[in-house]
Amino acid sequence: MPAPLLALIDVVKDYASEAGTFRALHGVSISVEKGEFLSIMGPSGSGKSTLMNIIGCLDTPTTGRYLFDGTDTATLSEAALAKLRNAGIGFVFQQFNLLPRLTALANVALPMVYSGVARRDRDTRAQALLASVGIGDKPRSRPSQLSGGQQQRVAVARSLANNPELLLADEPTGALDTKTGIEVLALFRALNEDKGVTVIIVTHDPEVARATNRVVRIQDGRVFYDGPPTEAALYGHAEAAA
Amino acid sequence: MIATMLAEAWSALIANRLRSALTMLGMIIGVAAVILMLAIGGGVQKQVADSISGLGSNMLIVTAGSGRQGGIFGGAGTGASLRIDDADSIARLDNVVAAAPSTGIAAQAVAGPANWATQVTGSVPAYFIVNEWQAGDGRLFTDREERAGARVAVLGQTVADKLFGANDPIGQMVRVKGVSFTVIGLMAKRGQGFGGQDRDDVIIVPLTTALRLLQTNAFRRSIRTISVSVASADALDPVTDAINALLRQKHRLRAGDADDFQVANLTAITDTLTTTTKAISLLLAAIGSISLVVGGIGIMNIMLVSVTERTREIGIRMAIGASRAAVRLQFLLEALMLSLIGCGIGVAAGTGLATLAGGAIGFDTNVTLYAVTVAFAVSASIGIFFGWWPATRAARLSPIEALRS
Repeated sequence: MPAPLLALIDVVKDYASEAGTFRALHGVSISVEKGEFLSIMGPSGSGKSTLMNIIGCLDTPTTGRYLFDGTDTATLSEAALAKLRNAGIGFVFQQFNLLPRLTALANVALPMVYSGVARRDRDTRAQALLASVGIGDKPRSRPSQLSGGQQQRVAVARSLANNPELLLADEPTGALDTKTGIEVLALFRALNEDKGVTVIIVTHDPEVARATNRVVRIQDGRVFYDGPPTEAALYGHAEAAA
Repeated sequence: MIATMLAEAWSALIANRLRSALTMLGMIIGVAAVILMLAIGGGVQKQVADSISGLGSNMLIVTAGSGRQGGIFGGAGTGASLRIDDADSIARLDNVVAAAPSTGIAAQAVAGPANWATQVTGSVPAYFIVNEWQAGDGRLFTDREERAGARVAVLGQTVADKLFGANDPIGQMVRVKGVSFTVIGLMAKRGQGFGGQDRDDVIIVPLTTALRLLQTNAFRRSIRTISVSVASADALDPVTDAINALLRQKHRLRAGDADDFQVANLTAITDTLTTTTKAISLLLAAIGSISLVVGGIGIMNIMLVSVTERTREIGIRMAIGASRAAVRLQFLLEALMLSLIGCGIGVAAGTGLATLAGGAIGFDTNVTLYAVTVAFAVSASIGIFFGWWPATRAARLSPIEALRS
């Protein structure tokens, strides 16, 4: 059996606050294989954002290990982590987080600027990515000229710029209406099934989690449920833990 | 990647046009001030250098050694060691433009009812060349008149005023030591010398005439000074050495004998004035530099605001893979661009102002390539120096905190 794409082993995260140390994660262990399509659920304050930051290499565990594609991230330098975020992981955010000054095309090309792709190749690939998410006709538009759904498509295109192994989406439908949300989810599903991209969606919305193949429920900094998206798991009934 | 980052820096500055322009204004004023001050300083220096050369900066003066009667030494020039043919020999040396022998007599000049005690100089036409002194009215005497011992005289302005007042002196007679001279010319006004002496208080007559009719017996065959005009300031020292060697040989001095003449130049005075004007230019440039530093602080201020405002942007960039070095570079480039564009406009403004100022005060205010180069180098340093801290602050942001803002 090949090594899992992600392996979190007994990950603990403490934050120092004015009231003393606050433990956001109490020893979380999760393993994700290549090509999985899963969601991480949990109410606010459950620790799911902390977990997402650690998976996205934006933050490091206090204790425990996090292996990305077999490499212990604790051994990586700041620069190597930046490189991993650049090429290994694609981020999609609830608020899209596009740079308002840049055109759609330039936004999609930006990760390739940091990975050193030549300008001509960047623009060609960015245009192709925009076309693949269905907005190939708007490369010159600024984010403010696009609808929410279109902006999120640009963000998805950007996340795919450097062919990442993992697509990490934080409430990707949170700022979209239901219909657009469903379209974006379909886009993730297509990327997962057609291109084999591993997708992790962090959400509190059961309807979003239902669209994935596996649900990890976090509560009070612990894994509360890890399995298929059953009704009980999605709605967090006590018996789901059993 | 640099090209893309430059384009991004440019678009960031364009996005905040008014703010960028106001920030640059600090640099513009600073650079314009430095350029202007350097140009004016250079103009002052040139002006002073010109006036020095008007006094004869490339001039050497050979004086006779002291005369001695028994055990009594006279002062410099009282000896009878310099001869007219010494001047002819000196005139043939390399880099010597002209050499004028002269003798001087203090005497009472009389014209009609007026009289005035003055210095009568006997010399040759080359004297006017060496001293860069022209006739203001009338004419100078010629070599022929000099050799013939003509009784003609050229008056300095002061003497003309004292003896003739408002009347035209040309064609009038002046008597010195019982000898009558016809006034043929009036010298242009020359003003004071370095010692404060009135250089217009003089009568110039042909050397032959002066030696024959005015000088005392002891000095009939000798002269007091030879004024030498040298081709360039650089040639002053070699010509001085050549004159020393020449005169020692001509005067048959043996090794160990003291010189019976002295060679002096105005270099000491020139050096002092050059040092002073350089100090003035430096002071002016220093005043300009202060505004430049203030401009730099303005850039730092605006860059800090910009980093704070764009915290979220920095977070996004870090999340999609910008390294800390790349974030720092981005903000440094913005600061550098602000300072260099400001510098470019400042150089243009400073050059324009220097031209205007030059016209107004009548100075030659040249903006040198050196000044422009220094302005750009200093501005680039200021951009990097004052951009470093804001850029480092941006680079040190935590991506999570930055994304949350």
